[in-house]
Amino acid sequence: MNYLRLLFVFFRVNVLGEMAYRANFFIQLFQSMVELVTALLGLAVVFSYTNTLGGWNPNEVLALVGVYFLVGGLIGLVVQPAMGKLIESVRDGTLDFTLAKPEDAQLLVSIQRVEIWKLIDIVLGFGVLTTALVRLGEHVGGWEALSFTVMLLAGVVIIYSFWLILAALSFWFVRVENILEIFQSVYEAGRWPISLYPGWMRFALTFIIPIAFVTTVPAEALTGRLTVETLAGAVVLAGVLFALSRAVWRVGLRQYSGTSA
Amino acid sequence: MNNLWDLYLQQFKTTFASMVQYRASLVIWMISHVLEPLVYLIVWSTVSLTGGGSVGDYTTRQFAGYFLVLMLVNHVTYTWIMYEFEYRVREGMFSVALLKPVHPIHSDIADNISSKLITLPMMIVVAVGLGFMFHPVIAPPVWALASAIPALVLAFMVRFLLEWTLAQSAFWTTRVGAINQIYFVLVLFLSGQIAPLTLFPKFVQIIAGVLPFRWMIGFPVELLLGRLSPEQAWAGIGAQLVWLLVGYALFRIVWRAGVRIYSAVGA
Repeated sequence: MNYLRLLFVFFRVNVLGEMAYRANFFIQLFQSMVELVTALLGLAVVFSYTNTLGGWNPNEVLALVGVYFLVGGLIGLVVQPAMGKLIESVRDGTLDFTLAKPEDAQLLVSIQRVEIWKLIDIVLGFGVLTTALVRLGEHVGGWEALSFTVMLLAGVVIIYSFWLILAALSFWFVRVENILEIFQSVYEAGRWPISLYPGWMRFALTFIIPIAFVTTVPAEALTGRLTVETLAGAVVLAGVLFALSRAVWRVGLRQYSGTSA
Repeated sequence: MNNLWDLYLQQFKTTFASMVQYRASLVIWMISHVLEPLVYLIVWSTVSLTGGGSVGDYTTRQFAGYFLVLMLVNHVTYTWIMYEFEYRVREGMFSVALLKPVHPIHSDIADNISSKLITLPMMIVVAVGLGFMFHPVIAPPVWALASAIPALVLAFMVRFLLEWTLAQSAFWTTRVGAINQIYFVLVLFLSGQIAPLTLFPKFVQIIAGVLPFRWMIGFPVELLLGRLSPEQAWAGIGAQLVWLLVGYALFRIVWRAGVRIYSAVGA
């Protein structure tokens, strides 16, 4: 409960801070809309020549685009800004302030920064997803909805743990902010079903940079093509990665020398 | 003239030195330059395979050729000036550049060319490696290969001038992100990055022919693939020359107005 209260407080602080720059809302709205229209036009061009892409029909790919925006928004809202800040504060030593606080430091660094305007992406993604679902009609039942929710949560935990591990590398290597940018350009590959890609790319997008678990897998759940093995695998992986990220964080923290030490 | 040569030479050295320092950012640029065309290569190959081996006037293996050549042409002509310029203006770094006795565009050109001297060989290796995987068909006649050289040089010049001019919007507004994004979307669709332009409806092709984007990327790609007739090649080079003149005029006008409006902190 205490964690939720902290989360709320940090969120409020970020909202208050961002309220001074209200024009940013319109800029972000504009940019998100342009990005969405680009994605949809791209789909329109491809599906003007075919009505199935690697076994996915247009509405299913549309659902995938919705998931892509939704998750991209979530990552941009909390994960990415917090991890960027963490890497920065390890380098310049301001992590001292966080460590001195009487709460779990991992929790604090994970919620300290929120890019609130990314909520727009989440809303847009949700809109696209709903549209796709309505057009898919009867195919979405209770099991699909439930497995989708579980897969979305597992995916977010996987991505969070993955980011924390990468960000914790800064305890050893100091300059790792470039990793953030690699993730951004690779994430674009998640806009299409992972099954399209050749084996080595599928492997890389599943196990090296686990994008498949946040985009394709939840979309598979919604469109009723998720196997029980994938579902179980994703949940186990989420648990393992979360534990691993916690361990890496702890070991890394011992490496941290601070500003005055 | 001799001075300018010295400036370029010095800039080569500086860029080399800084690139050796920042190897990681090289890798990042390369990943995004490889990944985007690769994704579209795979998407269009899949569409083509489901459609019986071809889409429009492209077979599966011709798509592979198209996007691999596009990967290289895009890399040859791209600039990062739009990110750089905003930073320079915001941080007041332009004051230093303005004090120098030569136009700041020269050091940007030298910087761009020298960094590509390092990255282009790496990109070629990657493209050849992907070629073994996707078996592209690329069959240009000799004249097309020869005329692709001036076409590539012109494409680079047009793109550089236009993007340098557009980057100057940072003199007027601090929110260049939105402007850049619109530009990137136009380039994505109208230069042939998302799909060969011949796959688009006729009216899109006409718009693309009038605007500069096709002449910066799509045209040299099609020329290198041997898909154009000699007449089309001449017409394309003509269009590039026209856009070079327009780009140069815009660059001069915007630069004069921009420098007048620029005020650094403390001025």
